[in-house]
Amino acid sequence: MTGPGTEVQPVEVDEPVGGEDVRPDRPWLVIVWNDPINLMSYVTFVFQKLFGFSRDKANKLMLDVHHKGRAVVSSGPRERAELDVFRLHEHGLWATMEQSS
Amino acid sequence: MSSRRRFARDRHGRIRPGLESPERDLLRMLPQQARELVDHDDPTSQRLFPVAYPDDAAAQSDYTQMMGGSLLEHHQHALDTLVSTIDEASIDADELNGWLGAVEVLRLLLGTQLDVGEDFTEIDPGDPRADQFTVYQYLSMLQNEIVDTLAAALPRGGTAT
Repeated sequence: MTGPGTEVQPVEVDEPVGGEDVRPDRPWLVIVWNDPINLMSYVTFVFQKLFGFSRDKANKLMLDVHHKGRAVVSSGPRERAELDVFRLHEHGLWATMEQSS
Repeated sequence: MSSRRRFARDRHGRIRPGLESPERDLLRMLPQQARELVDHDDPTSQRLFPVAYPDDAAAQSDYTQMMGGSLLEHHQHALDTLVSTIDEASIDADELNGWLGAVEVLRLLLGTQLDVGEDFTEIDPGDPRADQFTVYQYLSMLQNEIVDTLAAALPRGGTAT
Protein backbone atom coordinates (compact mmCIF):
# COMPACT_ATOMS: atom_id res chain seq x y z
CA MET A 1 0.00 0.00 0.00
CA THR A 2 1.32 3.41 -0.92
CA GLY A 3 1.97 5.74 2.00
CA PRO A 4 0.17 9.06 1.79
CA GLY A 5 3.36 11.02 2.39
CA THR A 6 4.73 10.07 -1.00
CA GLU A 7 2.03 11.71 -3.05
CA VAL A 8 0.40 14.36 -0.95
CA GLN A 9 1.68 17.89 -0.90
CA PRO A 10 0.70 20.31 1.83
CA VAL A 11 -2.12 22.52 0.77
CA GLU A 12 -1.48 26.22 0.34
CA VAL A 13 -4.28 28.08 2.01
CA ASP A 14 -5.26 31.66 1.42
CA GLU A 15 -6.00 33.28 4.74
CA PRO A 16 -9.36 35.01 4.68
CA VAL A 17 -9.20 38.80 4.49
CA GLY A 18 -11.08 40.23 7.45
CA GLY A 19 -14.26 38.52 8.52
CA GLU A 20 -13.83 35.50 10.73
CA ASP A 21 -11.04 35.52 13.26
CA VAL A 22 -8.74 32.67 12.24
CA ARG A 23 -5.73 32.88 14.52
CA PRO A 24 -2.95 30.52 13.52
CA ASP A 25 -2.14 29.58 17.11
CA ARG A 26 -5.37 27.73 17.69
CA PRO A 27 -4.81 24.05 16.84
CA TRP A 28 -6.94 22.17 14.38
CA LEU A 29 -8.90 19.21 15.70
CA VAL A 30 -9.37 16.02 13.70
CA ILE A 31 -12.77 14.53 14.48
CA VAL A 32 -14.04 11.05 13.63
CA TRP A 33 -17.82 10.70 13.50
CA ASN A 34 -19.94 7.65 14.16
CA ASP A 35 -21.26 5.91 11.09
CA PRO A 36 -23.39 2.79 10.85
CA ILE A 37 -21.21 0.95 8.35
CA ASN A 38 -17.71 0.81 9.80
CA LEU A 39 -17.08 -2.10 12.14
CA MET A 40 -15.88 -1.39 15.67
CA SER A 41 -12.91 -3.75 15.31
CA TYR A 42 -11.91 -2.03 12.08
CA VAL A 43 -12.08 1.48 13.55
CA THR A 44 -9.93 0.42 16.51
CA PHE A 45 -7.39 -1.13 14.14
CA VAL A 46 -7.24 1.99 11.97
CA PHE A 47 -6.58 4.18 15.02
CA GLN A 48 -3.75 1.85 16.11
CA LYS A 49 -2.28 1.69 12.63
CA LEU A 50 -2.43 5.38 11.73
CA PHE A 51 -1.61 6.99 15.07
CA GLY A 52 0.44 4.29 16.82
CA PHE A 53 -2.02 4.25 19.73
CA SER A 54 -2.03 1.35 22.16
CA ARG A 55 -4.86 -1.08 21.71
CA ASP A 56 -6.51 0.26 24.88
CA LYS A 57 -6.35 3.88 23.78
CA ALA A 58 -7.56 3.07 20.28
CA ASN A 59 -10.42 1.04 21.71
CA LYS A 60 -11.43 3.84 24.08
CA LEU A 61 -11.49 6.37 21.24
CA MET A 62 -13.53 3.99 19.10
CA LEU A 63 -16.05 3.61 21.95
CA ASP A 64 -16.22 7.42 22.27
CA VAL A 65 -17.07 7.61 18.58
CA HIS A 66 -19.63 4.85 18.95
CA HIS A 67 -21.37 6.15 22.09
CA LYS A 68 -20.91 9.93 21.90
CA GLY A 69 -21.14 10.17 18.14
CA ARG A 70 -17.69 11.70 17.67
CA ALA A 71 -14.17 11.84 19.09
CA VAL A 72 -11.13 14.04 18.58
CA VAL A 73 -8.34 11.71 17.44
CA SER A 74 -5.55 14.20 16.78
CA SER A 75 -4.81 17.90 16.82
CA GLY A 76 -2.12 20.22 15.57
CA PRO A 77 -1.24 22.63 12.78
CA ARG A 78 -3.61 22.77 9.85
CA GLU A 79 -1.40 20.89 7.37
CA ARG A 80 -0.80 18.08 9.82
CA ALA A 81 -4.50 17.84 10.64
CA GLU A 82 -5.38 17.77 6.96
CA LEU A 83 -2.97 14.91 6.35
CA ASP A 84 -4.52 12.96 9.23
CA VAL A 85 -8.00 13.56 7.80
CA PHE A 86 -6.79 12.34 4.43
CA ARG A 87 -5.31 9.16 5.92
CA LEU A 88 -8.58 8.52 7.75
CA HIS A 89 -10.49 9.07 4.49
CA GLU A 90 -8.17 6.57 2.78
CA HIS A 91 -9.38 4.10 5.37
CA GLY A 92 -13.04 4.93 4.84
CA LEU A 93 -13.61 6.70 8.14
CA TRP A 94 -15.88 9.70 8.34
CA ALA A 95 -13.39 12.38 9.49
CA THR A 96 -13.63 16.16 9.49
CA MET A 97 -11.43 18.94 10.82
CA GLU A 98 -12.15 22.21 12.59
CA GLN A 99 -10.16 24.85 14.39
CA SER A 100 -10.50 24.67 18.18
CA SER A 101 -12.39 27.53 19.72
CA MET B 1 -20.34 -20.37 6.17
CA SER B 2 -17.42 -22.06 7.89
CA SER B 3 -16.03 -20.54 11.04
CA ARG B 4 -12.43 -21.65 10.51
CA ARG B 5 -9.81 -18.93 10.34
CA ARG B 6 -9.24 -17.82 6.80
CA PHE B 7 -5.90 -16.06 7.22
CA ALA B 8 -3.25 -18.26 8.79
CA ARG B 9 0.32 -16.97 8.95
CA ASP B 10 3.01 -19.40 7.83
CA ARG B 11 6.42 -19.60 9.49
CA HIS B 12 7.82 -16.99 7.10
CA GLY B 13 5.23 -14.46 8.23
CA ARG B 14 3.29 -14.71 4.97
CA ILE B 15 -0.46 -15.08 5.09
CA ARG B 16 -2.24 -18.01 3.48
CA PRO B 17 -5.82 -17.07 2.60
CA GLY B 18 -8.08 -20.09 2.94
CA LEU B 19 -10.91 -18.99 0.70
CA GLU B 20 -13.36 -21.31 -1.04
CA SER B 21 -13.77 -20.98 -4.78
CA PRO B 22 -17.16 -19.17 -4.59
CA GLU B 23 -15.62 -16.64 -2.20
CA ARG B 24 -12.80 -15.94 -4.66
CA ASP B 25 -15.33 -15.58 -7.49
CA LEU B 26 -17.32 -13.09 -5.44
CA LEU B 27 -14.20 -11.10 -4.51
CA ARG B 28 -13.18 -10.95 -8.16
CA MET B 29 -16.59 -9.74 -9.28
CA LEU B 30 -17.39 -7.12 -6.62
CA PRO B 31 -14.42 -4.81 -7.36
CA GLN B 32 -15.57 -4.62 -10.99
CA GLN B 33 -19.03 -3.50 -9.85
CA ALA B 34 -17.42 -1.02 -7.48
CA ARG B 35 -15.34 0.50 -10.28
CA GLU B 36 -18.45 0.94 -12.39
CA LEU B 37 -20.21 2.83 -9.59
CA VAL B 38 -17.20 5.11 -9.19
CA ASP B 39 -16.66 5.56 -12.94
CA HIS B 40 -20.28 6.53 -13.45
CA ASP B 41 -20.24 8.90 -10.50
CA ASP B 42 -23.05 6.95 -8.87
CA PRO B 43 -24.25 8.89 -5.80
CA THR B 44 -23.32 5.84 -3.70
CA SER B 45 -19.66 6.42 -4.48
CA GLN B 46 -19.74 9.77 -2.67
CA ARG B 47 -19.29 7.77 0.56
CA LEU B 48 -15.73 7.00 -0.61
CA PHE B 49 -14.93 10.72 -0.64
CA PRO B 50 -15.96 12.19 2.71
CA VAL B 51 -16.08 15.92 3.40
CA ALA B 52 -13.13 17.27 5.41
CA TYR B 53 -14.47 20.81 5.96
CA PRO B 54 -18.26 20.63 6.48
CA ASP B 55 -18.55 24.35 7.30
CA ASP B 56 -16.15 25.83 4.78
CA ALA B 57 -17.06 25.34 1.12
CA ALA B 58 -13.89 27.03 -0.20
CA ALA B 59 -11.56 24.93 1.96
CA GLN B 60 -13.52 21.80 1.02
CA SER B 61 -13.19 22.63 -2.66
CA ASP B 62 -9.39 22.98 -2.22
CA TYR B 63 -9.28 19.71 -0.29
CA THR B 64 -11.19 17.86 -3.01
CA GLN B 65 -8.94 19.31 -5.68
CA MET B 66 -5.73 18.45 -3.82
CA MET B 67 -6.64 15.09 -2.32
CA GLY B 68 -9.50 13.67 -4.41
CA GLY B 69 -7.23 12.11 -7.04
CA SER B 70 -4.97 10.47 -4.46
CA LEU B 71 -7.96 9.14 -2.57
CA LEU B 72 -9.41 7.60 -5.73
CA GLU B 73 -6.01 6.10 -6.59
CA HIS B 74 -5.72 4.64 -3.10
CA HIS B 75 -9.11 2.93 -3.36
CA GLN B 76 -8.40 1.66 -6.87
CA HIS B 77 -5.02 0.31 -5.83
CA ALA B 78 -6.67 -1.63 -3.00
CA LEU B 79 -9.27 -3.11 -5.36
CA ASP B 80 -6.54 -4.01 -7.89
CA THR B 81 -4.48 -5.70 -5.17
CA LEU B 82 -7.42 -7.85 -4.11
CA VAL B 83 -8.21 -8.96 -7.64
CA SER B 84 -4.61 -9.57 -8.71
CA THR B 85 -3.70 -11.66 -5.64
CA ILE B 86 -7.00 -13.43 -5.00
CA ASP B 87 -5.70 -16.78 -6.31
CA GLU B 88 -2.26 -16.61 -4.66
CA ALA B 89 -1.42 -19.37 -2.19
CA SER B 90 0.19 -16.79 0.08
CA ILE B 91 0.31 -12.99 0.30
CA ASP B 92 2.36 -10.55 2.35
CA ALA B 93 1.07 -8.10 4.96
CA ASP B 94 1.04 -5.17 2.48
CA GLU B 95 -1.15 -7.18 0.16
CA LEU B 96 -3.44 -8.16 3.03
CA ASN B 97 -3.67 -4.44 3.86
CA GLY B 98 -4.78 -3.97 0.25
CA TRP B 99 -7.42 -6.64 0.74
CA LEU B 100 -8.58 -4.83 3.86
CA GLY B 101 -8.87 -1.54 1.95
CA ALA B 102 -10.75 -3.25 -0.86
CA VAL B 103 -13.20 -4.94 1.51
CA GLU B 104 -13.69 -1.54 3.19
CA VAL B 105 -14.56 0.07 -0.16
CA LEU B 106 -16.97 -2.75 -0.98
CA ARG B 107 -18.65 -2.53 2.44
CA LEU B 108 -18.99 1.26 2.22
CA LEU B 109 -20.63 1.04 -1.21
CA LEU B 110 -22.90 -1.87 -0.34
CA GLY B 111 -23.79 -0.45 3.08
CA THR B 112 -24.69 2.86 1.45
CA GLN B 113 -26.82 1.12 -1.18
CA LEU B 114 -28.58 -0.88 1.53
CA ASP B 115 -28.89 2.26 3.66
CA VAL B 116 -27.81 0.32 6.73
CA GLY B 117 -28.40 1.81 10.17
CA GLU B 118 -26.95 0.91 13.58
CA ASP B 119 -29.76 -1.58 14.21
CA PHE B 120 -29.68 -3.07 10.72
CA THR B 121 -28.74 -6.61 11.71
CA GLU B 122 -31.16 -8.75 9.79
CA ILE B 123 -33.43 -8.60 6.80
CA ASP B 124 -36.57 -10.45 5.78
CA PRO B 125 -35.66 -13.33 3.43
CA GLY B 126 -38.33 -12.10 1.01
CA ASP B 127 -36.83 -8.60 0.86
CA PRO B 128 -35.39 -7.85 -2.60
CA ARG B 129 -32.19 -6.70 -0.87
CA ALA B 130 -31.70 -10.04 0.92
CA ASP B 131 -28.93 -11.28 -1.40
CA GLN B 132 -27.05 -8.00 -1.15
CA PHE B 133 -27.37 -8.12 2.60
CA THR B 134 -25.92 -11.64 2.68
CA VAL B 135 -22.91 -10.35 0.73
CA TYR B 136 -22.62 -7.39 3.11
CA GLN B 137 -22.59 -9.73 6.10
CA TYR B 138 -19.99 -11.94 4.43
CA LEU B 139 -17.76 -8.89 3.82
CA SER B 140 -18.18 -7.87 7.47
CA MET B 141 -17.04 -11.26 8.64
CA LEU B 142 -14.14 -11.25 6.19
CA GLN B 143 -13.07 -7.78 7.32
CA ASN B 144 -13.13 -8.85 10.96
CA GLU B 145 -10.89 -11.81 10.17
CA ILE B 146 -8.43 -9.63 8.21
CA VAL B 147 -8.37 -7.09 11.05
CA ASP B 148 -7.68 -9.86 13.59
CA THR B 149 -4.78 -11.09 11.48
CA LEU B 150 -3.22 -7.65 10.92
CA ALA B 151 -3.88 -6.38 14.45
CA ALA B 152 -2.07 -9.40 15.91
CA ALA B 153 1.15 -8.05 14.36
CA LEU B 154 0.77 -4.57 15.90
CA PRO B 155 2.51 -3.77 19.18
CA ARG B 156 -0.21 -3.91 21.81
CA GLY B 157 1.24 -0.93 23.64
CA GLY B 158 1.33 1.18 20.49
CA THR B 159 4.22 3.14 19.01
CA ALA B 160 3.14 6.70 19.78
CA THR B 161 5.51 8.61 22.04
